[in-house]
Amino acid sequence: MQMSTPAAATVPISAVRIKPKASRDDWHMRAFMLVIGLYLLVALAFPLYAMLSKSFQNHDGDFIGLANYLEYFGTPALTYSINNSIFVAVITTGITVTLAFVLAYALTRSCMPLKGFFKSVAMVPILVPSLLPGIALVYLFGRQGMIPELLFGHDIYGPIGIVIAEVFFTLPHAMIIIITALSIADSRLYESAIALRASKPRIFFTVTLPGARYGLISAAFVVFTLTITDFGAPKVIGGDFNVLATDIYKQVIGQQNFEMGAVVSVVLLIPAAVAFFVDRVVQKKQVALLSARAVPLQPNPNRRFDSIMLGYACLVSLFILGMLAVCQYAALVKFYPYDLSLGLKNYQFDLMDGGGWESYFNSIRMATYTALFGTIVVFVGAYMVEKGRGFRLGRGFFQLLAMMPMAVPGLVLGLAYIFFFNAPNNPLNFIYGTMAILVISTITHFYTVSHLTAVTALKQMDAEFEAVSSSLKQPFYKVFSRVTVPVCLPAIFDIGIYLFVNAMTTVSAVVFLYGPDTTLASVAVLNMDDAGDIAPAAAMGMMIFYTAAGVRILHYIVSAYIERRTQKWRMR
Amino acid sequence: MENTKTRKPASPRLPTESPFLRITDLTKMFGAFTALHEISLEIYDGEFVCFLGPSGCGKTTLLRAIAGLDIQTSGTVEQGGKDVSALPPSERDFGIVFQSYALFPNMTVRKNIAYGLENRKTARSEIKSRVSELLELVGLPEQADKYPAQLSGGQQQRVALARALATSPGLLLLDEPLSALDAKVRAYLRHEIRALQERLGVTTIMVTHDQEEALTMADRIVVMNDGFIEQIGSPMEIYREPATSFVADFIGTMNFVPGVVESAESVKVGKIILQCDLDESLDSGEVTVAIRPEDIEVQEASRGANQGNNVVEVSVEEVEFLGSFVRADFASDSIGNVRLRADLSINLVRRLDIVEGSTISVALPRERIRVYAKNG
Repeated sequence: MQMSTPAAATVPISAVRIKPKASRDDWHMRAFMLVIGLYLLVALAFPLYAMLSKSFQNHDGDFIGLANYLEYFGTPALTYSINNSIFVAVITTGITVTLAFVLAYALTRSCMPLKGFFKSVAMVPILVPSLLPGIALVYLFGRQGMIPELLFGHDIYGPIGIVIAEVFFTLPHAMIIIITALSIADSRLYESAIALRASKPRIFFTVTLPGARYGLISAAFVVFTLTITDFGAPKVIGGDFNVLATDIYKQVIGQQNFEMGAVVSVVLLIPAAVAFFVDRVVQKKQVALLSARAVPLQPNPNRRFDSIMLGYACLVSLFILGMLAVCQYAALVKFYPYDLSLGLKNYQFDLMDGGGWESYFNSIRMATYTALFGTIVVFVGAYMVEKGRGFRLGRGFFQLLAMMPMAVPGLVLGLAYIFFFNAPNNPLNFIYGTMAILVISTITHFYTVSHLTAVTALKQMDAEFEAVSSSLKQPFYKVFSRVTVPVCLPAIFDIGIYLFVNAMTTVSAVVFLYGPDTTLASVAVLNMDDAGDIAPAAAMGMMIFYTAAGVRILHYIVSAYIERRTQKWRMR
Repeated sequence: MENTKTRKPASPRLPTESPFLRITDLTKMFGAFTALHEISLEIYDGEFVCFLGPSGCGKTTLLRAIAGLDIQTSGTVEQGGKDVSALPPSERDFGIVFQSYALFPNMTVRKNIAYGLENRKTARSEIKSRVSELLELVGLPEQADKYPAQLSGGQQQRVALARALATSPGLLLLDEPLSALDAKVRAYLRHEIRALQERLGVTTIMVTHDQEEALTMADRIVVMNDGFIEQIGSPMEIYREPATSFVADFIGTMNFVPGVVESAESVKVGKIILQCDLDESLDSGEVTVAIRPEDIEVQEASRGANQGNNVVEVSVEEVEFLGSFVRADFASDSIGNVRLRADLSINLVRRLDIVEGSTISVALPRERIRVYAKNG
């Protein structure tokens, strides 16, 4: 028997390196990952590259260096939008994060009743296109609106309208993040603070706020990004107040100036990308705060505090439900403000611009395909990255590609698709104007969040399932189909529903990509509003809401059923 | 020291034939960090070997290299005469039980055990009878249709064992299989696993950081530290003749006293000279002298003390009652500024009336003293 003693410590450089032999499973997994990686290259990296190079070209496709950029920055009318965009995004961020924090605080730290109801209501804006709050604002504060006096002579068309609509639109996103941050609080910290006789405000500023600070920062960046990249609200309620997102639309659709559209896209890409990367760094820190031994905080009843919180939650709910009610009312009124009798006249979409009822059914088809194929692609891709053996470089590259869509605004992605897929020499040119390109762009646009959901679920699985399976000489697809998928089913449904709802409500990427046979409901809202048919636009917007809400409820029922069926093995 | 040179497999079950598993110069690097340094090791058919060491010593890394889960940077692994160094786990022959058990949560016990038997052109009835046999073997025939979450930790552990054994692998790998269990279940399962292993005769490697587990279960123990093997030997050898001061310290309790080599057969400790067996390599300089607490003998005048044979006069500094025995701390000017710890029987303490503050003579038997190089 030999012995290695510390005296013989050095590793000989001449030792033969073992090159691990890849098994059949390894090759299969790499092939899958390669296919999905290739998808992301074609659906994301190549189009973005095409757009970037377009911004350095003239109309005829000749390289002209920075000329487009010089022209852009030499045109005050265009650069003014940068200030406008940042101004609106900063104001919205301040308001939304404050409102969302108090609401999240009420939901996690008070004993007010109906918490589930208030939380559901606050989630509602996710189910509508960002055009809808703009339409509601037109009816409320427009020139012939219901209560324009409340603005004291200010015009709703412009920054005020945009900010209110964006607050509505971004509130649920901020609330979810802050609730997560507040609910990981450790009650022992509070007990210590009380034992040290700290006053309530002091506890709030020394324990509560620091504990939630990463959540707050993260929420701020998310709101900022959503606002600066959003196109729906400024389109409907922005009036003459130009922002970057509407500039892209106007350059491309209005003036057919694709090169300048590309330049504005690159400009918009910068703040979005910066915000995204800062947010990633912050989120990593949030995870580090989690302690496995933390004792969850249970709020104590406090009559006065709970009543104040209840009142606040009612106000927020009133704001959200009020906006929807206004839209629904507007959709049903025959001819506002002259004939206030109710009817379904505005639902005769076939008589309007925008594609009629067909666009609604197209949207449902598109959302279904997106949910179906998107979930498969995302989950399989995440599995290969998470559970594959070796091939480290390829996996790292895939991970990077999967994170990128989050930093790319939808309009920018849509424009990039025009440049890439509409190029005559592209063999994939045939999908331009079809349902396929809508589905591909939507899957890609919402890839990152879906991917992260899948990765989180996969990380919670025992890391040794694959090892056990391969030691028992079983192929990976057996452990994948018989263990991974059943155990991750809730997360898989979450991804599907997320993709479906977003595919129903999104406007930004698809606005450049739909064809005469593939009009969509959300785009119809935009086009009808553009044409002055605001009531039908509201009606279609509410159709989207009811569909998304219906699917959400269905998802809830199915989840409850699955949970009941599998609780035998899910119990911990 | 003679024991490190003439190490012979102590277990009578070891045949002289070629080893079942041979690991040669195995090195594993993680980036610039070397987790295993040229490990060489042979394991024989039917042996139960424990890899023992503190966390981070490389024992699990070595096990995962043997399984092909994290293949080594260099060096070879031969199993049953075949070089398997580069093969993926699916092309090797082993069953494995992880610390977490990794039982499939959505499958019943029966399905978990049957998992490895499927897709092998085995008839369904055959699978069924094999699963029943395995359930019988691990003593869980009534739990077949329960889910893992409905079982206790010890039961889950046995299901994982049955699943690993289902395909009758030539090698069983156990990665800290007992560390997630409470003390009583652990003690019981130690015995169970060992009995099962002996019955099946399957070559087994178990990774553990628990010395008691290794001492009670293994035919041979591989003590590891910082990516090196410190010693390989039977439990008795490891305990009685620790090859390095690390092993001496890690396994059981040991008194360490600094000393200087005086002659080929003695060392100077403090002001006294102790007779001892010195390894040839320790011909001069500073050394560490070691003796186990139970090897310190209290001298009794009535029984004819062996004067002169490493006898030291000490004062009793502290007496700690530990139930069946007493642990006493001694100090003495003559051995310098260290305390000696000794385990004494209750009878002895009573007979000699050893209390804190009393002065007694103790002998440090020459054959029980071990001497290590100072930084060994």
